[in-house]
Amino acid sequence: MSKVTIPIGPQHPALKEPARFCLTLNGEKIYEIDLRLGYNHRGIEKACEERTYIQAMYLVERVCGICSHSHSTAFIQAVEEIAGLQLPRRGLYIRTLIAELERIHSHLLWLGVAGHEVGFDTLLMYAWRDRELVMDILADLTGNRVNYGINTIGGVRRDVTPRQIERVTKAMDTFEERTKYYVQVATEESTLIARLSNVGKLCYDDAMRLGAIGPTARACGLERDARKADPYGLYGELDFKVITDKHSDVYGRAVVRLLELMESYRIIRQLCKGMPEGPIAVKAPRKIPAGEALSRYEAPRGEDVHYVRGNGTDKPERVKIRAPTLANLQAVAKMLEDNYLADTTIVIAAIDPCFSCTDRAVLLKKSRRRNEEPVLWNSLRDYGIAWHRKQGLDFGDMNRRFGRMMERSSR
Amino acid sequence: MKKPGKMLMEVLRHAPKKPATEMYPHVRPYVPERFRGRLDFIPGKCIGCKMCMRDCPSKAITINKIGDKKFEAVIDLDRCIYCGQCVDSCPKDALLMTTDFELAQLDRRKLKIVLKDAGNATDAKPEAEPEKPVA
Repeated sequence: MSKVTIPIGPQHPALKEPARFCLTLNGEKIYEIDLRLGYNHRGIEKACEERTYIQAMYLVERVCGICSHSHSTAFIQAVEEIAGLQLPRRGLYIRTLIAELERIHSHLLWLGVAGHEVGFDTLLMYAWRDRELVMDILADLTGNRVNYGINTIGGVRRDVTPRQIERVTKAMDTFEERTKYYVQVATEESTLIARLSNVGKLCYDDAMRLGAIGPTARACGLERDARKADPYGLYGELDFKVITDKHSDVYGRAVVRLLELMESYRIIRQLCKGMPEGPIAVKAPRKIPAGEALSRYEAPRGEDVHYVRGNGTDKPERVKIRAPTLANLQAVAKMLEDNYLADTTIVIAAIDPCFSCTDRAVLLKKSRRRNEEPVLWNSLRDYGIAWHRKQGLDFGDMNRRFGRMMERSSR
Repeated sequence: MKKPGKMLMEVLRHAPKKPATEMYPHVRPYVPERFRGRLDFIPGKCIGCKMCMRDCPSKAITINKIGDKKFEAVIDLDRCIYCGQCVDSCPKDALLMTTDFELAQLDRRKLKIVLKDAGNATDAKPEAEPEKPVA
């Protein structure tokens, strides 16, 4: 049978963000996959170098719209380590509380998206309705539904009132009941099980070899959780389990996320119960001393790594962000291999991808030659013009005419 | 027991209930107390230290001197990311965030607002927010 190549993306109705998957098919099955990123590079790391630590924090928070607290906490943790700041207990409690609330919102969002991708839109509607509850709580606690802006260097910006703690505790009862119902749906609904089982298989060894993280790795039985492996913040004192599953497929990933929700409720209950009194932040210096720090943070999608180097001024010298999706993309290519084309969307969605978070820097190399030299911007442009000319499209003349037109109209 | 249509009962149970969707333009949505909306400025309190300008992540606020110990705040609402850092940075509580969120304009120029008179500071409370953040 002859092989067919199907490009998916950069713009495609099934993708929420631009990314290009070039799938070579052998019949209905995927034979080879070529993945290309770099369509939404925003230059955040470089921009951080031109901003003060406080300004950079707000920028880093906007790396991702869903795990915004994860990115800002990972960054702030690194900065606090360089500055040698000891956080007050209450500040840590509030930070962890927001982190777990964010995990709930992200996992419920994923549940809805996964339901939508497999055509189970009823699940999408109900999961997202329940997600509204946690979004409202986050808005009440922090002042915004997304990009909470709760972190500041040395603690948190807003205190929680007893009324809010009561509200959170009460909401946990509702969530627990709802999640139990979703677990029941996931384990008993035969259509859902049939659709998700044995889709996007990734065995333990492959997950280990390809460095999968987060729920993707945990669904392969790999106990990989930065909250347990390298406890930051309060996680060293909290009682929670790392959820793993043996299914190693999309179904396993759904189960892991659902059971992780239950763990999050347990963590939040502990936090609400043990919330100490006291200050919420310590005064941080504007100038952070020279030094470097690496911070690991378990975002809802997996481990988020931030590296910050300070040079004694009020601006960081270097910020490096490794978003969780980047670590899981290699695994996606493996999962898609020898799978049906129709499963592509759910397999990609199962890692909860976030492509714009992942895009940090792109280096194109001329790979056909032995000596791999980087392709520079100008030569890439020339290549593009030459390529279009070869196809019979010459925009040079049109560009010149357009330029003249613009000149005339501006006069 | 594994069988299809597991969520059918749930759907039927919710059928007579009213929609969960917010009926926004008709019904005013609930805006939390701590919501970070349009900035407001109390000119009498400003000392012109420009800490807000220094800390603003998006260069949305400018404080201009318009007279002896008199300042005006120029706020680019299209640049503002509504983080509220300027409110935290202000040592004199001259800035505060209102719960005003309907800020869409058809003309971009209208998004640049100048706050200089005490009367301009709508919703201005005599005291700053009760939960005054540290730092």
